[in-house]
Amino acid sequence: MTRTRRVLAIIALLVLAALPLFAGKFYVELIAKIMIMAVFAMSLDLLVGVTGLVSLGHAAFFGLASYMLVLAAPDQYTAVNLWTSLPLAVFASALLALVIGALALRTRGVYFIMVTLAFSQMVYFVFHDTKLAGGSDGTYLYVKPKANLGAWSLNLGDSAQFYYAMLVLLVVSFLFLRMLLASRFGHALRGIRSNEQRMRALGFNTYAYKLAAFTIAGAIAGLAGYFAAVQFGFVNPEMLSWHQSANVLLMVILGGMGNLAGAVVGAFALVLAQDLFSSLTKHWLLLMGGFVIAVVVLLPNGLTGAGQTWRHWRERTRSG
Amino acid sequence: MLAASELTRRFGGLVAVDRVSLELKRAEIHALIGTNGAGKSTLINLLAGELPPSAGAALVRGEPLRAARPEHMARLGIGRTFQRSNVFFEFSAFENCRLAAQARLPRAWALHEPAIRCRSSSEAATRALEVVGLSERHDAPAVTLSHGERRALEIAMCLATEPSVLLLDEPLAGMGAEESQRVIELLRRLRSDRAILLVEHDMDAVFAVADVITVMADGAVLASGLPEAVRADPTVREAYLGDGI
Repeated sequence: MTRTRRVLAIIALLVLAALPLFAGKFYVELIAKIMIMAVFAMSLDLLVGVTGLVSLGHAAFFGLASYMLVLAAPDQYTAVNLWTSLPLAVFASALLALVIGALALRTRGVYFIMVTLAFSQMVYFVFHDTKLAGGSDGTYLYVKPKANLGAWSLNLGDSAQFYYAMLVLLVVSFLFLRMLLASRFGHALRGIRSNEQRMRALGFNTYAYKLAAFTIAGAIAGLAGYFAAVQFGFVNPEMLSWHQSANVLLMVILGGMGNLAGAVVGAFALVLAQDLFSSLTKHWLLLMGGFVIAVVVLLPNGLTGAGQTWRHWRERTRSG
Repeated sequence: MLAASELTRRFGGLVAVDRVSLELKRAEIHALIGTNGAGKSTLINLLAGELPPSAGAALVRGEPLRAARPEHMARLGIGRTFQRSNVFFEFSAFENCRLAAQARLPRAWALHEPAIRCRSSSEAATRALEVVGLSERHDAPAVTLSHGERRALEIAMCLATEPSVLLLDEPLAGMGAEESQRVIELLRRLRSDRAILLVEHDMDAVFAVADVITVMADGAVLASGLPEAVRADPTVREAYLGDGI
């Protein structure tokens, strides 16, 4: 991380920390939702940007954890314990990722994209076509999980408290993934993205590395999915549909791949742009499409790579 | 240390490698020559586990291995280089070698230890760059290296994994005279405690360093033996070397 980036990150963190002091409830809830999506996007970035595995089924792990919150409760009116239901949900997502990954990672490139899509659609239809948790209509959850922290108890129903909990979640996930990327494991993942054949010739069991990355990414996506369900108080099959997978992929691409910060910036950019455009016109999807195309064409390295793109462009125009 | 026993590889109707047997011994440079399409690179790919054989087997220290994969072979101490420079272009020369050295280290799953603080892989990488004469290009991104430097990096990465058998696929291809000379010197030094298979088109280099030469034509072994015997072999002269040698 360069010094400018570090300064920008600290400023962003301070602004986020201070936001509930001056912003209205609507924005506090919106930003909390974005922070959840940012965690989700970072988990996908580990696959797409770092390891070079383009998955179009990442919503399966996000959505499964959402459903686990509902399934863990005896009924819609009983609060579950955060400290038991959260690990359960994350474990379920990790396990699903392990199974799907073990099969999907036998394919490569465009086949990998199709196979991950197919598996996630299977999970989608399990929840869509069965009576499990409300079928295609989904289910409401009228109470938030109980989160006792020693003598004090976190009220996840309170916008500001939930907001700060999500800020902590975002920062902790970011730091965990950064640590992982700096480790030998992380370097090996980048090597796989760069040249998998060479990695194998050097003695790396690339399948095991990719499977581990896929499982970790699934677990973190589950973390995000669990809190998304806590916030909305509602789950439905759309949470694990391919739209959701495409949406989060778009966040990673918009922000810039492979550096985690890009996934966070992408999540903010996409959701805020949606919010802005939909307030302007009911044909906002058209504007949204234009925005995405403009970013991809003008900033091939994403929003966080804008400085780099600008420097390249300046060098080219100078020398040319 | 590594041997081929009746190794055969067919691609459809084409027999690319036809019942080839040879043995690589410690402290010996075994050169493999032959025209383009003779099956030399396919043989390396078979020995390195990149391709499964159609018949026959590779033997590591006498143990036959069927359907071995490249990562298994590498872990058994069989290092290979590629005919076309096959490096991590986004990484610096040093990072390429450090990643290579990391391959055989234990505790690969220690997620909390930063890779840049791993002393043993950093030391192995520094040594490997020094051996091939790339120390000055330590921090240069691989994509900015010259062709000759990339060939050298290719060898350095292989050495960083500390292999006991080296399979070198045309290491001198496209190198200048001075660079070639340096690599030839390097091969002589590496020979002392390793077995080396050298696929090479540069005949001056081959006859300068090889202890044993095997000649391949149309996938099969045409001749094999000491350099002088191979040089004198009439079938080899006719099929490959020409009268100039």
